[in-house]
Amino acid sequence: MTPVIEVRALQKSFRHQRVLNNLNMTIDGGVVALLGPNGAGKTTLVSILTTLIRPDAGTARVLGHDVVRDASTVRSLVRVTGQATSLDELLTGRENLAMLGKLLGLGRTATNRADELLERLDLAAAGRKAVRTYSGGMRRRLDLAASLIAPAKVLILDEPTTGLDPVSRARVWDDIRQLAIDGTTVLLTTQTLDEAEALADRVTVLHRGGIVADGTVGELTALVGGQSVVLVDTAGSVLERVETDGTRASVAAALERMQRDNGARVELRSPSLEDAFAKLTQIEEVAA
Amino acid sequence: MTTTTTPATGVSTLSSSGVFIRRSLLHSIRDGEGLLMAIALPVMLMLMFTVVFGGAIQGDGRYIDYVVPGIILTCAGFGASSTAVSVSRDMTAGAMLRYRTMPFVASTSIVGHVIASVVRNLVATAVVIGVAFAIGFRPDADLGGWIAALGIVTLWILAVTSVFAVIGLIAGSPEAANGYGFIILFLPYLSSAFVPIETMPDWIAPVAEYQPVTPIIETIRSALVGGEGQPLVSILWCLGIILVALVLAAWRFPRTPVR
Ligand SMILES: Nc1ncnc2c1ncn2[C@@H]1O[C@H](COP(=O)(O)OP(=O)(O)O)[C@@H](O)[C@H]1O
Ligand SMILES: [Mg+2]
Repeated sequence: MTPVIEVRALQKSFRHQRVLNNLNMTIDGGVVALLGPNGAGKTTLVSILTTLIRPDAGTARVLGHDVVRDASTVRSLVRVTGQATSLDELLTGRENLAMLGKLLGLGRTATNRADELLERLDLAAAGRKAVRTYSGGMRRRLDLAASLIAPAKVLILDEPTTGLDPVSRARVWDDIRQLAIDGTTVLLTTQTLDEAEALADRVTVLHRGGIVADGTVGELTALVGGQSVVLVDTAGSVLERVETDGTRASVAAALERMQRDNGARVELRSPSLEDAFAKLTQIEEVAA
Repeated sequence: MTTTTTPATGVSTLSSSGVFIRRSLLHSIRDGEGLLMAIALPVMLMLMFTVVFGGAIQGDGRYIDYVVPGIILTCAGFGASSTAVSVSRDMTAGAMLRYRTMPFVASTSIVGHVIASVVRNLVATAVVIGVAFAIGFRPDADLGGWIAALGIVTLWILAVTSVFAVIGLIAGSPEAANGYGFIILFLPYLSSAFVPIETMPDWIAPVAEYQPVTPIIETIRSALVGGEGQPLVSILWCLGIILVALVLAAWRFPRTPVR
């Protein structure tokens, strides 16, 4: 079966900086989170997959269609909500959606479809106001709706909740869960692990321009191996952490090695995706 | 969502142009202040030149017949300059990024801005001509003369708008786009629009003589109130400007940065 997204030996540099370095990735469907810190190259990969920029070398295909040679087919298969909002600020939310629907060939049904979508997202009232009056959260949600105005095979969301307050963030998560269930493959990029865990079936970790890990949330945590003994103070901050393989002897040895004892509590922790990520990217782990 | 997953096939260049023309016209109507200025400024300019300066410039009272064609052309420059801002806003504020990921010709959004500008300017021109009649403009043109004059005016509006669209493509921000184009707004003052070239100093007369606004104004003037025009030179100037703008736009559009 043709993969939904297939990336082979992809390279992209900006001036002297190599951003994507021999990147390989295969996505067969479902909701996939592309996880990586700021500057990892997520938006660069999204821009290549959505035909906005060309790779220097390597290939990227969507349902077998090359993003460079067959860009127009890819444009009809993929919808994207970019990292920055891309709405028409002078038009209303409803006019924005209806216009994009017409541009995608929905014809007269575009307006109905816009109303239906606004209704589902509980944006019907906001839909009659000009976008320039919207809050950041509303803008983001309408931007998301704009990618769903017509059916697509692949939906790409570039950091859909970055910069949102917790309430708006939860609403966008609900929107994604509600809207992305009809067999559309979703690739979403994120910097946060809880977002990946909350939304995705699979997680792909991007670091230094390449994929360093790929699997389900469970598989990734398993990669990190055993449990660790941690010493936490009354406020819950980790004072000390010693890795173990989970056996009685190694836990006992770990406790033996711990120095501080002034009222701190001992916990046995299973590896979280956070740990997995830290390990995979060799980033200094912040106190959990 | 619905169960159909047949992906969108997009629309033809003609259809997307139609959608974008509608969008830009909506922008024009929504931006009430901008529309008011596009009409009020030329009217004020005309009243100033005819009522305030008119008596001093030409005592016989027929200065209005001389100056109206120039006002109409100056007005085209005012109305077209906002095209640079609209195009730049699309290029820099993200909308174009989405269009470029969709299955239609993204540059048709610029066609929308250009056509809307032509429509706005023709409305402003009609108002200016109406006010001119009200204050004593009495051209002796027949229907053919009017058609010829409006044809040249429309061509000039299209040419000026194309230049402003290119400025919008090149400018780094809508504010910068707004700042450019001074020269175009200035051209009519350095032409035979307001005073005959013979009355200008020797060193400036050739500039006024060989810039596009002068032959175009002379042509409109001859079509409406008589005298000698240069229709062929005027049409060639306009088509030449449009061609250069198209070439520049076609070169620049694919090279605009993605972020
Ligand atoms: N157009 C560009 N010109 C120069 N550098 C760029 C450009 N786009 C991205 N970069 C650089 O490439 C790196 C990766 O950027 P990006 O793909 O946006 O990362 P992410 O989306 O993961 O935060 C960054 O260091 C960024 O500065
Ligand atoms: Mg990014």
